[in-house]
Amino acid sequence: MNAAEKKSLQITACKVRMGIVESVFQAKSGHPGGSLSAADIVTYLYFKVMRIDPQNPRWEDRDRFVLSKGHISPCLYAVLAHRGFFPVEELKTFRKVESRLQGHPSMHYTPGVDMSSGSLGQGISTAVGMALGAKLAKKDIRVYTVLGDGEIGEGQVWEAAMYASAKKLDNLVAVIDNNNLQIDGTLEEVNSPYPIPEKFAAFGWNVVEIDAHDFDQIEDAFVQAAACKGKPTAIIAKSIKGKGVSFMENQCKWHGSAPNAEQYAVAMQDLTAALAELEG
Amino acid sequence: MADIVKIATRDSYGKALVELGAVNDKIVVLDADLAAATKTAGFKAAYPDRFFDSGIAESNMMCVAGGLSTMGFTVFASTFAMFAAGRAFEQVRNTIGYPHLNVKIGATHAGISVGEDGASHQCCEDIALMRTIPGMTIINPADDVEARQAVYAAAAMEGPVYMRFGRLAVPVIFDADYKFEIGKGVQLVDGTDVTIIATGLMVGEALAAAELLKAEGISAAVVNMATIKPIDRDIIVNAAKKTGAIVTAEEHNIIGGLGGAVAEVVCETVPVPVVRLGVEDTFGRSGPAVELLHVFGLDAAHIVEKAKAAVAMKK
Repeated sequence: MNAAEKKSLQITACKVRMGIVESVFQAKSGHPGGSLSAADIVTYLYFKVMRIDPQNPRWEDRDRFVLSKGHISPCLYAVLAHRGFFPVEELKTFRKVESRLQGHPSMHYTPGVDMSSGSLGQGISTAVGMALGAKLAKKDIRVYTVLGDGEIGEGQVWEAAMYASAKKLDNLVAVIDNNNLQIDGTLEEVNSPYPIPEKFAAFGWNVVEIDAHDFDQIEDAFVQAAACKGKPTAIIAKSIKGKGVSFMENQCKWHGSAPNAEQYAVAMQDLTAALAELEG
Repeated sequence: MADIVKIATRDSYGKALVELGAVNDKIVVLDADLAAATKTAGFKAAYPDRFFDSGIAESNMMCVAGGLSTMGFTVFASTFAMFAAGRAFEQVRNTIGYPHLNVKIGATHAGISVGEDGASHQCCEDIALMRTIPGMTIINPADDVEARQAVYAAAAMEGPVYMRFGRLAVPVIFDADYKFEIGKGVQLVDGTDVTIIATGLMVGEALAAAELLKAEGISAAVVNMATIKPIDRDIIVNAAKKTGAIVTAEEHNIIGGLGGAVAEVVCETVPVPVVRLGVEDTFGRSGPAVELLHVFGLDAAHIVEKAKAAVAMKK
């Protein structure tokens, strides 16, 4: 990736973060912390990796994305809006009656959403089903899913992990957004899933570990995933919950609460400054 | 009487899947390590490329079915009713029901007639569970003829369907020219004093009960209600108007199943006595299936009693 490309992705990710803050603020509810931690990964997927067509969201041969950690819908919606699936202005309708932007993703409301999700542990299985379907249809379609690190406490994640490797689904990539915080505390305080890479490796996956906020490492991971044959790939992405908004970083309480007007102003100042520096 | 042919509806399911697979290459079948019991093994043998065994992981299987369906396939996901509707309820609700995906759930071994395996495997709650999911179609066929047609009808429609099949071989009661239609009850016997609305293996018992009642001077109509959802409101309303009393008969908890569905319609339209026959809000137990059906009151003799009670409640 050249410097210009990288800067362009950083700028987009910064705008995505603004979209996250805006939508959660307007809704007075939602999940900013995990949305901000996954913003770089999801931005990279939609702007660099996935074969999609915003003008034809249901194009049969498109790559698929399942947001297994469905509560970070603000992240997905902001990315989809900036990618051209619907107007960025629409992010302000998030979680409101009549909005196409439901609290958790719904494939029937929102252009670009490939699968409804929100109940943790289920998205990875639907992604497995899609990857299996792509193979069965003999189509070169790749399937991507993002899970939370707390989410992998769901037993179904490991049912899916076992099945994906048994079926040699090398067209499937699961990203674990490892921000180390779940609602009740740190992962260790609640119910430690560590070591995560070893667990996926033991289930037969190709495993790549990266910094979730470094686009060079993100790119390397997806290149490695694309090159890997016969196995699904798990990208364990070390991230910072609340990344990019000073007072939200590494704070559990920003998992599922919205900023007030004052906090919103500070968050937007943080992001506006970051954007100005990038565009400098 | 000529020899009665008995076929388990799970066998009908397996046979229909093989027939469907031959004419439709978009049919995909999933199972969770029960292919021999659910009878999907025939499809597996005929179309191994389109058969996927998730192993003992029903939650994963239901969501894999959802994902597969979005890739243009008509997916049949099979396991015992206990695990399809029970264990995987939330997966069915959120990943099949809510997105209204084209997944057909083939739930076998429903009800008390599982027999010797006992209560842990005798699912008498599945209709109640599935009925609360918006947009879910529920079919509980009475015999081989209807079960095979139900599988075809499910494949032909878009959206989620829950099909309920039994382990026990039950009499074939319909002729080959019988026509099953989703959402339509079928009037099998006309009557004037009471209507027995039955589903699944209780339909045969209802027909026998009507004969017994006739001998006692009670004219009982019999309706086969294979589709529990969407329920055929018209046939229920007409039955209530015409006979003024209704008995429901099902191999399911009396709470939330056919009895509940019929009572809901009757209460809101033509309030007449409705007496429910089913599993009396209790768990099952081990024993030979046919014996158990009698123990739990799921037979013609008990329908007769309920019918008399319903008639007595008429003004």
